[in-house]
Amino acid sequence: MTILDINALANAKAKGKRPYFFDDPAVERVLSITMAVAGELAVTRERLDTIERLLEAGTPVTKANINAFKPDDDAARARQAWHAEYISRILRIVHQELESLQSEGDVNPEALADEISAA
Amino acid sequence: MTDAPVSTTATATPTPVEVALPPPYSALHRHPMLPVATHDETARMNFLINLVSHVGKDIAPAMPAVYAKRVEPAFKKSRGRDFANTSEVREAMRAEPAYQSWAALRRGAQEMRHQAGRAMVFRQLEEIDAAARRFNDGAPTLKLNPQVQVPKYVSVDNHLSPGGYEREVLAGDIAAGACYEAGHFVTAGGGTGGKSDWPGRTIAHFVKRQFPDFKPKRILDLGAGGGFNALPIAELYPDAEVIAVDVAAPMLRYGHARAKAFGVNNITFLQADGETLDLALGSLDWVQTTMVWHETALGPFRNMLKKIRTLLRPGGLSLNFEQPNFDPDTPMVEKFLRDWDAWYNNEPFWAKLHTLNFRDEMIAAGFTPAQVFEEWAPQVRSAGAYPAWVQTVNRHDAEHAMANARKSTKAVRAKSGMYLFGAWN
Ligand SMILES: C[S@@+](CC[C@H](N)C(=O)[O-])C[C@H]1O[C@@H](n2cnc3c(N)ncnc32)[C@H](O)[C@@H]1O
Repeated sequence: MTILDINALANAKAKGKRPYFFDDPAVERVLSITMAVAGELAVTRERLDTIERLLEAGTPVTKANINAFKPDDDAARARQAWHAEYISRILRIVHQELESLQSEGDVNPEALADEISAA
Repeated sequence: MTDAPVSTTATATPTPVEVALPPPYSALHRHPMLPVATHDETARMNFLINLVSHVGKDIAPAMPAVYAKRVEPAFKKSRGRDFANTSEVREAMRAEPAYQSWAALRRGAQEMRHQAGRAMVFRQLEEIDAAARRFNDGAPTLKLNPQVQVPKYVSVDNHLSPGGYEREVLAGDIAAGACYEAGHFVTAGGGTGGKSDWPGRTIAHFVKRQFPDFKPKRILDLGAGGGFNALPIAELYPDAEVIAVDVAAPMLRYGHARAKAFGVNNITFLQADGETLDLALGSLDWVQTTMVWHETALGPFRNMLKKIRTLLRPGGLSLNFEQPNFDPDTPMVEKFLRDWDAWYNNEPFWAKLHTLNFRDEMIAAGFTPAQVFEEWAPQVRSAGAYPAWVQTVNRHDAEHAMANARKSTKAVRAKSGMYLFGAWN
């Protein structure tokens, strides 16, 4: 049997210089790590969902049963909906920036206090 | 405050907005060469497919506004003129935080899906290789030729896949094919279906419906890769002999074994370079290319179009499924979004291809203007492949939605359609 360095193969980089999109490359570095960690949390959350469903069904929670678990249609939909909602939640700041494109601009807190106090 | 009428009826429970959800990774049809995903590997793919969909449907559609509200006015003000090309737009967009986030997430998701798919493939490469050998060893329908040189334009790690189509990790392996199928499902947000074949299905049904009297006996799929889109053609034309040609042996091995596993036996997988392909002139009824040209280069693209014409019999069909070229009225922001993959997804020829005119290219290849056509074929999906609640979002939907909204006459068809150009020889 050939021993493959699976980590090295999986993490191989494609040809070409990697582009950085943020003004400071450190931001990109942190975003990449954050998204990877977010992905791992999602994996754990899906596993937890499987465990809960096994428990509810009275199926013994074993590694084999977890791996063999096939969500039915409702469960599959609920799990995809969870991922979608979760991603919207963690990317909220990106959407705030997009939403601010539509708004008027910065609010001056003092002016706003005066404005809402005026009869 | 005005005295608005107070409603006395109990407020009805609002209906929640239907959120478009992509299919789970488990919707990909199993066969013995597809890596077996553990529970957590499936979950990781589910996260990624949702990430790709989110970036495609919830962030990308805002980019035209970033351009129109901020980038274009600022450029006009400082330079006193319009953008001359998409490279200028690219540099100007780089300063925008919203664009930075979108671009970093789009690039990052692509890198993550490669990582996740590859981890799955390489930990079981020997098993899936062995499965492939059971279908491939000694099969007369798999014709590999180690003399074939992989051209430079193929060895660029297209769409950021490390090793591209051609690199082998174990001698004679299928790794590139397995990585392609697993990862492509995620990148396309499930948009090519559980059998990775919606383009091929669309093409096959389009030809069958539009040209019921056309009875092809010999069909070439050039740049067939893993044969994903050759399969539905071979299935819809069971009496035809299909020749699936590619330069990359790992893709052909994977494709051949997969076709056999799905019970499709009328395809021969042949390793050859399309530019020097040695088949009898005038011997083919139909030459298909599906998502190939954007991964070639200008000279080879033109040579292969010429080659296709000489291989076709009189009355034969050349059909190409590709990104449509830019029109004179294509807005700059749409061009920029559509060129993005050329710079940041290792698709170097993609942007150049957009600037050509496919009709002119076909005529230059020897077809007459009357023979050349362009079409939008309504998408045909495999029946029953996905649960009813699934709505797929392709990585490129935002750009295509712009193009479709613009194309007044073809708009209706194009909305659910795939672009094709071709010619009857
Ligand atoms: C994006 S893939 C598309 C594969 C396939 N048509 C499908 O729809 O799944 C492009 C394929 O074209 C092949 N290719 C590129 N240039 C070629 C050439 N000159 N001769 C043969 N194959 C070529 C590549 O090796 C790669 O497998």
